[in-house]
Amino acid sequence: MRAAYGATRVLHGIDFAMEEKSITALLGANGAGKTTTLRAICGMVRTEGAIRFGGQPIAGKRTEDIVRLGIAHVPDGRGTFLHLTTEENLRLGAYVRKDRTNVARDLERVYAYFPRLKERSHQQAGTLSGGEQQMLAVSRALMLAPKLMLLDEPSFGLAPLVVRELFAILRTINTEERVSMLVVEQNAAMALDLADHACVIETGRVVLSGTAADLKKDDAVRRSYLGY
Amino acid sequence: MSKRTLIALLILAIVACALPFIVSNYRTFQLTLVLVYAIALLGLNILTGYNGQISLGHGAFYALGAYCTAILMDRFGVPYWATIPVAGAVCLVVGFLFGLPALRLEGLYLALATFALGVATPQLLKYHLLEKWTGGVQGIVITKPAPPFGLPLNPDQWLYFFTLAIAAVMFILGYNLIRGRIGRALIAIRDQHIAAEAMGIHNALYKSLAFGVSAMFTGVAGALGAVAVQFVAPDSFNIFLSIVFLVGIVVGGLASISGALYGALFIQFIPNIADEISKAAPWAIFGVFMIGFVYLMPTGVAGAVRLITRRKAP
Amino acid sequence: MDALLHQVLAGLATGGIYASLALALVMIYQATHLVNFAQGEMAMFTTYIGWSLIQAGMPYWPAFFLTVGIAFLLGVLIERVIIRPVEQAPVLAVVVVFIALLLILNSVTGWIYTYTIKTFPSPFPTQPLFGNRYLSSHELGAIGITLVVLFLLYAFFRFTPLGLAMRAAAQNPESSRLVGIRVGWMLALGWGLAAAVGSVAGMMVAPIVYLDPNMMGGVLLYAFAAALVGGIDNPMGAVVGGFVVGVLENVLGAFVIGNELKLSVALVIIIGVLLVRPSGFFGRTQVTRV
Repeated sequence: MRAAYGATRVLHGIDFAMEEKSITALLGANGAGKTTTLRAICGMVRTEGAIRFGGQPIAGKRTEDIVRLGIAHVPDGRGTFLHLTTEENLRLGAYVRKDRTNVARDLERVYAYFPRLKERSHQQAGTLSGGEQQMLAVSRALMLAPKLMLLDEPSFGLAPLVVRELFAILRTINTEERVSMLVVEQNAAMALDLADHACVIETGRVVLSGTAADLKKDDAVRRSYLGY
Repeated sequence: MSKRTLIALLILAIVACALPFIVSNYRTFQLTLVLVYAIALLGLNILTGYNGQISLGHGAFYALGAYCTAILMDRFGVPYWATIPVAGAVCLVVGFLFGLPALRLEGLYLALATFALGVATPQLLKYHLLEKWTGGVQGIVITKPAPPFGLPLNPDQWLYFFTLAIAAVMFILGYNLIRGRIGRALIAIRDQHIAAEAMGIHNALYKSLAFGVSAMFTGVAGALGAVAVQFVAPDSFNIFLSIVFLVGIVVGGLASISGALYGALFIQFIPNIADEISKAAPWAIFGVFMIGFVYLMPTGVAGAVRLITRRKAP
Repeated sequence: MDALLHQVLAGLATGGIYASLALALVMIYQATHLVNFAQGEMAMFTTYIGWSLIQAGMPYWPAFFLTVGIAFLLGVLIERVIIRPVEQAPVLAVVVVFIALLLILNSVTGWIYTYTIKTFPSPFPTQPLFGNRYLSSHELGAIGITLVVLFLLYAFFRFTPLGLAMRAAAQNPESSRLVGIRVGWMLALGWGLAAAVGSVAGMMVAPIVYLDPNMMGGVLLYAFAAALVGGIDNPMGAVVGGFVVGVLENVLGAFVIGNELKLSVALVIIIGVLLVRPSGFFGRTQVTRV
């Protein structure tokens, strides 16, 4: 798949497959095209080539329609609705769902994962800390009851302890809710701990892919991204 | 200027001078108004087309120029030709002063403020405390000037040539302004105002200047218009006048000097043709044409002409 | 004292109308960051439609609600067909399109209905309520209707999922798409609601100033002033601003500057607010990105 912002080609050849219910990490340096890949999947940039989800082609579809197929995107910068309350943010996550009782139940489930959000449920989301906003973003995505979650730099700006806590919850969500995850991360070490599989992207191309365990041992990866 | 443009201008000049002798007096009067509007549109274009400051209230400056002339002629007996530079000077100053607070307003907000000015103008002109000067709702009637030195022209023809001469002066002035440093600065401010400031262009000065100069042009037009129509009254200077000017520059061509002439022809003659259908028809046509031009031909008639003439060149 | 009270109360009545129109302006501004110069003409045009319905024999309230419905559809239509293409265009193009819309609506109305002044009925009785000397029943009724409309809108935006989605779409279109909100349609809906609110304002003002294609010109100016005073992106502020402007207009007009200069009050307020406190008294300050 290739993608461009206007006239600027950013992705020149992204080719990878994700297994259902797994966590895949997308690694790479700044500007390599990781965020663009996620945005391409969501239909936010112009693409050439095929993107398939559950066997269905989705390239060229509008973002709003892709969401309805069960893909939830946690964008970089979190995309919080700053002037709405925490709970309003969460309810928006479930906007396309018709099953009201399940939505109410999912709201409680999300509060169970992130009790801090429950405390702040009627506060303006803009007043939440960075870590809390990240939890809110992940929760909002969860409220969709998605089949696939796209997470863009979830560790950005968070203290290592908070990241560990967040990633543990992500793992739990993956196992218990059976949600597949595609995680873009600059923090390769933590990402490889979390993920089952990983791909490395450089200047818009996939240059390496395999299981997380294998990549952790790979020399090139260790030198460039793990720092040893 | 290219040779072709010079030849075109020469032909235009010859035609312009010949017309009053060929067509009826009424037509000559209409052509005089075309020239008047062309000057006004050039003024608005300097501000909005070249400098990007949207004004929906230029009717106010037109009115100011018109009333300057009317008051000077009627209350002080000043000869008509002497009132023109005075009107221009007054509008230059008032425009500049208006431009100062306008500096704080961008795009939509400036449009809003000038829109308010345009709507409020008739009421301001009717204000009873000023009635002594402005003639209140009745307005002021002006006597038609006679041709000087016993020239073998009738008053309409004389007025036409007088206006033509002033129009020529104004257009040459406008052309030099736009082509020179000032014009380039105005355009730079319109397109990339932060970069322009960084490059050393004193944005505030130039923007206020643009307002002043633009008001001056439109004020001169108003003065000439008052003399031509021989009458000023508050209700002729309502918001629709300002809107008509906007129509003129959009249809004629934004940021274009020739556009002022095309636009003037449009706003003068469309009502003539469309009036037969209904009193409201000209406005509907203006609206439709404006939208049409914005969607389909944003560079206006002038842009289309440029496109065609460029294609013809080898 | 009596006269002052009368002017204040009358000012509240017209203020309610300004508040409604200002609310419509703010709703569109919040969603698109655009000032709808044609809001007044849209309100006027739909009021004429209401007039036609009543002329055709329809009783007042059914005609009223049908008009509001038609106004809603008109708003949606205008947004999808005319505004959509220029939403991302430079400011001048957008302003030109709005002004063109103003012209077209104004002239089409004049064309169809001619410029002769018409009377528009009021649903409220002619005798003042309780025989009071300060407010006619219509003025009181207008305030009442305004408040009902405002309350309904508030409830809609605050408590319904669709209202939440519209607020979200206005604040953060990109994140809204990511939760599946069809932002384009939210915009159209916003325009529809704004047009509907405008039509209510038109039908409340028409019995007072008589129906005429140019009747909303001054009202629009006051609505602009109200919206700016309250903060162009703050609905609550627009409402408060409307009442404030209405009272100011009447009081200043009656006691200070004379009725002929009332419009200049709006002009001064607009320019004053824009220069001194552009975000209004309740609005959020905007920061422009370099």
